[in-house]
Amino acid sequence: MRKTILFLLGILALSSFCAGCGKKDSPDILTILNYGKYIEPEVLDMFEEETGIKVEYEEYITPENMYTKYKAGAIDYDLICTSDYMIEKLIKEDEALELNFGNIPLARHLDQTYFDFCKSFDPDNQYTLPYFFGTVGILYNKKMVDESKVDSWDILWDQSYSGKIIMADSVRDSFMVAEKRLGYSLNTTDDDKLREAQNLLIEQKPLVYSYLVDEAQDEMIAENAAMAVVYSGEAGLALEYNENLAFSVPKEGSNMWIDAWFMPKSAKHTENAEKFLNFLCREDIAYLNFDYVYYATPNIQVKDSLDTELQENTTIFPPKEILDNCEVLKPLDDETTMRYNLYWKEIKSAD
Amino acid sequence: MRNLKRQLLAGPYILWMAGFIVLPTLVILYYGFTTTSGNFSLLNVTSIAFSVHLKALVLSLKLALSCTVICLVLSYPLAMILNSMKSKSQGLIVFIFILPMWMNFMLRILAWRLLLSNNGVINSLLGALSLPGLDILNTPKAVVFCMVYDFLPFMVLPIYNAMARIQPDIIEAAKDLGAGNITIFFKIIVPLTMSGVISGIIMVFVPALTSFAISDLLGGGKVLLIGNVIEQAFMQEYNWNLGSGLSVVLMVFVIASMALMNSHGDEGGGTFA
Repeated sequence: MRKTILFLLGILALSSFCAGCGKKDSPDILTILNYGKYIEPEVLDMFEEETGIKVEYEEYITPENMYTKYKAGAIDYDLICTSDYMIEKLIKEDEALELNFGNIPLARHLDQTYFDFCKSFDPDNQYTLPYFFGTVGILYNKKMVDESKVDSWDILWDQSYSGKIIMADSVRDSFMVAEKRLGYSLNTTDDDKLREAQNLLIEQKPLVYSYLVDEAQDEMIAENAAMAVVYSGEAGLALEYNENLAFSVPKEGSNMWIDAWFMPKSAKHTENAEKFLNFLCREDIAYLNFDYVYYATPNIQVKDSLDTELQENTTIFPPKEILDNCEVLKPLDDETTMRYNLYWKEIKSAD
Repeated sequence: MRNLKRQLLAGPYILWMAGFIVLPTLVILYYGFTTTSGNFSLLNVTSIAFSVHLKALVLSLKLALSCTVICLVLSYPLAMILNSMKSKSQGLIVFIFILPMWMNFMLRILAWRLLLSNNGVINSLLGALSLPGLDILNTPKAVVFCMVYDFLPFMVLPIYNAMARIQPDIIEAAKDLGAGNITIFFKIIVPLTMSGVISGIIMVFVPALTSFAISDLLGGGKVLLIGNVIEQAFMQEYNWNLGSGLSVVLMVFVIASMALMNSHGDEGGGTFA
């Protein structure tokens, strides 16, 4: 008797589980996955108000986190914003849907230069719409750091800043710093070079205050650390809050990245997604977003509307000579990715 | 018939258990013992022997153990003091103890990060008093500190409960028979509160062993516990098989520590009795 009841209840539990799987499909929603702090929240409300489409918005920290969330398949995302190499990986895995640019007429406001940049991972500009771009560099506090030395990654290994350095809590970004300091490509797959970079990072660990991504900016504004490896836009925003801060892209070169929107295969509301992309290209909306995230925008109208001081701000809009010295991240093969992850874990567990 | 009714009453719980405990455990076991392509493999479980993973596990055990010991040392005298107070003020103090638990646990961790940071409230105060700064943020010390802060009520309450249940007659009888305070403490109070101590230890040690959020936020990404390795395997590396395999190992440790503790505490009266 007891066994049958247990069995029946078990079946019930399972069936109620499966009932949850066949979720209702409402036409008036749009599910978005984006980096943290990467859109003016008000923009989402405005979009909802203007179109009546309900936005379900979710954030992630690193591109690898995004990949896991997407691949887990629990949520059917309609639109994802992520970085170059991760988009390239997903395009190669046949996970991206073609955009219908006929539905995104305002894309003409975007500078063709950045569509050309996107060709490095989306050769025919079929899948992606550029959102923001920038570099990676050192955000430092002028009161605490010798400014003559911040033009090199070497300063991140300087003993006199022990306990005052913030590194990026992201595999590729941290390895990039070590690889560039050694003069290697940031896409190297050579195991010896990787080990060398790993040793450098282990050597650096005692000097590191903490490994952070989105919070690095806050720590720098609060002057809890002397320097941090951050994305250029984050630096731009931090500069607004604390005038002692400055930003430098070291001479050894760095990473130039471009974040773009694409529709993943899971997209159920492609029309809504394209409507949203068109909305993002509108001048007032693009301006609100620029003002909130402070990364370089590919939107010509927005850039032209800024005052000259801001247009010439090299922290936000990296000049050509810096960009020429930068490399774009490429997706790595599975085996190399595994090695990067293992080496990163070893760094994190080192004493 | 009576039996059937009783079983039906347990229905909601059995449903809950099947859906949210048994089923997920089976899924973890499946992932833990297979490769990404679905073949049987022990590699995920045996990978605990990798030096990185072993180091993380040892560090987790070490921190969880220090947290448990500190909690116990703080809680036992506290429970005794509480128990000797008037019952009205007892209620108030227990209430004050539970009060922080009204706030979300993540928020409390984040608050500690702000308090402990280089230019945070604590260091500014120390600086104003021209005392040396407290430099523990982003070290294992901060992680243990916050674990103690978070888990202390789970140690105090069961011990206090067990202590409150000791009949004053027993202690009076012991005194009549000539026992001194020390004898009373070791021969009566300690054995009778053992069940509470054991529940307390389990309720502190197990969450401390498996925590990853505290080490992530207060360790500055520099303290890699086994919970962080598992989280990274799931979220960063998209390797659910490895994450599950390591979770299985961790489960074994948790079950072993509970079994060890329970074998000492059969008298009952604790939270789990």
